[in-house]
Amino acid sequence: MAHGPAQGIRRWLYTTNHKDIGTLYLWFSFAMFLLGGVFALVIRAELFEPGMQIVEPEFFNQMTTMHGLVMVFGAVMPAFVGLANWMVPLMIGAPDMALPRMNNWSFWILPFAFAMLSSTLFMDGGAPNFGWTFYAPLSTTYAPPSVTFFIFAVHIMGASSIMGAINIIATIVNLRAPGMSYMKMPLFVWTWLITAFLLIAVMPVLAAVVTMMLFDIHFGTSFFNAAGGGDPVMFQHIFWFFGHPEVYIMILPAFGVVSAIIPTFARKSLFGYSSMVYATAAIAFLSFVVWAHHMFTVGMPLAGEMAFMYMTMLIAVPTGVKVFNWVATMFKGSMTFETPMLFSVAFVILFTIGGFSGLMLAIAPADFQYHDTYFVVAHFHYVLVPGAIFSITAGVYYWLPKWCGNMYNETLGKVHFWTAFIGLNVTFFPMHFAGLSGMPRRIPDYNMMFADWNMISTVGAFLFGAAQILFLFNVIATIRSKRPASDEVWDRPEGLEWTLPSPAPYHTFTKPPPLS
Amino acid sequence: MSTNNEVVEHETYYVPEQSRLPIFASLGLFLTVFGAGRMLNGSDDGSMYFFVGALLFAFVLWSWFSIVIAENMRGLNSMQLKRSYVIGMGWFIFSEVMFFAAFFGALWYVRSLAGPWLGGEGEGGAANPLIWPGYQHEWPVMNTPDMVANGDKAKILGPEQSMSNPGLSNWASWLPFWNTVILLASSVTIHIAHSALKSNKRSVFNLWLTVTVLLGIAFIILQIEEYVHAYREMGLTLESGIYGATFFLLTGFHGAHVTLGTFMLLLMLLRSILKGHFKHDDSFGFDAAAWYWHFVDVVWLGLFFYVYVFA
Repeated sequence: MAHGPAQGIRRWLYTTNHKDIGTLYLWFSFAMFLLGGVFALVIRAELFEPGMQIVEPEFFNQMTTMHGLVMVFGAVMPAFVGLANWMVPLMIGAPDMALPRMNNWSFWILPFAFAMLSSTLFMDGGAPNFGWTFYAPLSTTYAPPSVTFFIFAVHIMGASSIMGAINIIATIVNLRAPGMSYMKMPLFVWTWLITAFLLIAVMPVLAAVVTMMLFDIHFGTSFFNAAGGGDPVMFQHIFWFFGHPEVYIMILPAFGVVSAIIPTFARKSLFGYSSMVYATAAIAFLSFVVWAHHMFTVGMPLAGEMAFMYMTMLIAVPTGVKVFNWVATMFKGSMTFETPMLFSVAFVILFTIGGFSGLMLAIAPADFQYHDTYFVVAHFHYVLVPGAIFSITAGVYYWLPKWCGNMYNETLGKVHFWTAFIGLNVTFFPMHFAGLSGMPRRIPDYNMMFADWNMISTVGAFLFGAAQILFLFNVIATIRSKRPASDEVWDRPEGLEWTLPSPAPYHTFTKPPPLS
Repeated sequence: MSTNNEVVEHETYYVPEQSRLPIFASLGLFLTVFGAGRMLNGSDDGSMYFFVGALLFAFVLWSWFSIVIAENMRGLNSMQLKRSYVIGMGWFIFSEVMFFAAFFGALWYVRSLAGPWLGGEGEGGAANPLIWPGYQHEWPVMNTPDMVANGDKAKILGPEQSMSNPGLSNWASWLPFWNTVILLASSVTIHIAHSALKSNKRSVFNLWLTVTVLLGIAFIILQIEEYVHAYREMGLTLESGIYGATFFLLTGFHGAHVTLGTFMLLLMLLRSILKGHFKHDDSFGFDAAAWYWHFVDVVWLGLFFYVYVFA
């Protein structure tokens, strides 16, 4: 175990080291973030003015689809898995992930899967054009031939996610240092344990639904075809049974990240630790029984509308507990606002805005007005961009000194934060207004009355995109810099990871650490 | 691993330094699905990618399992590492449960909700007279909405016969009943084998594991016979409406899992007979295959009652 990393490219291809694999995940997800971002900028450029300017409507549809797929499966999920790979073993005092070779396999499936998915852009008939939710029959009867490759890409990235999740559960359950009981685990570990459970529960359902699509397309089955006794709405039910837990898969680890950062910069312990754990579990449980709130306008029985509406509104309770706890942690704390803290505070405020617009959408009769408008786009981008993306960014700034041993440039970090913060609000806040006044989503052209809001959104989107270049520059500059970070990095942060030297040695905790 | 302090090393959690397996497993998996996609989309070179990928994938898995077995033989696997394998297998089976749950859920939804709405029941049925006039829901769906509404011009035809329960008095000549008997018996035989292994009776273990494998093969043969019968004589195919779709996907994926499970048990049998693997307190490979077999068995019970008996 005394070995350092192997030399050259083989280190990365053959590695079994959780830190190497975490790094691979994080760089891959950043590459996908830029790719998905370019797709988003194509969308925003087309929508800068009413009328058709830059792309054909058909290609516009491919952009909305690929933007969603790449961001969800390529950027956000792998980024959190990367953070888990790096931090979970360090936080629980484990020598590595429980199943190190499978860990590498989970990662290396992804570049292949996304190469295949991206290659559909160059196929006859173009890339998938049916939205990231790929509703049947748009994704079956009326789909381009490339849908076959989309389906197989989803299959193998699903296999990757399941193996990754199994690894995380095995690590947390089996490799905690002696004395670290479940209720002593850092909240990031807790949120990932629950997220991994969600992944194993719903990724197979996604695999099943794309398999049914595959059979409808190529083998003449009638799952989503009423003429044969099937039902296209069934697609939506199965998809969202996966899809709703999926959106929590993308936010629960974010809760864990900010729950690590806010106490450090408020210089107080996390307020209400156990209620945080229970709230996370409650949110995960509820995520299985709210899926049809995505389908209020599809023609469900009234009893279904009511049940899903109330269950959805119930989620506001545990989520409110969390927001309250973060605020209470900051209350009367000795706060400082380094870059990770700025991103975390922005997370709490902006994620709450996304939560409130979600609550508006949860009200079934009101949703009939909002459904499929830019209000929905505004809502989930407020949850995902300042939610998932900001928390990942905060996590990177928070732990980067531990990973590479150097301190990042604080000024550049703050410039990055304010550019991103202003950019995202300028992009997404106007979408609320465009949506409430009736602008439909996934349309390349629009009525003149929406012109102003769209122009503002596009300007904001390019600003937000530019902010990510700053981020990239700052991270590379930090890795190459000669500003060593101390072992603790911050002002007496909590957690085993800060007991290690900076940078963290290649192998850590080969013997479990003693816990105080 | 260093050599001078073997004993101490073995007490720690074994982390292999480097491995070529994962990257080649990923490549094999990718080529397999890429080839399958090209085959389905009508490219001539698809089958080449598919077979090269599948061979590579199979070879990598073979090497992977060999290496893991060899590591265990060398005593590298601590009790803690073995627990990781157990946890991993348990959650893998849970993921399989959820995969089947999606298909069972789909069957329930079309049988009990979407079907009646198509047939005009309740508020959800308002569109029936407009789109599928005359369609009445019954399960199995023998006459598809397409047939009822469009007569001779219908493209999606229902089956001529269904696989449903022929009445208790006819069970003796009903294949699904015998398949149920076979799988339930195999669950007992594998349990006997497991108990024999725990009490170090190698020959008893080999005997009952052989019986289990034979029962698995018998199940697969009967299932193939049922499919041939369905396609040739009952007009029941993947294309015969929602009944054919749900029937073949549920029983087909189950059959594929039985095949995989039988293959796993066969490998365990060969490991035991040819190599003398497994000890009373160290038999994870066999244990995992046995849990998988029990899981496949439970899924069948669900199928037997929900797809065949109460249909």
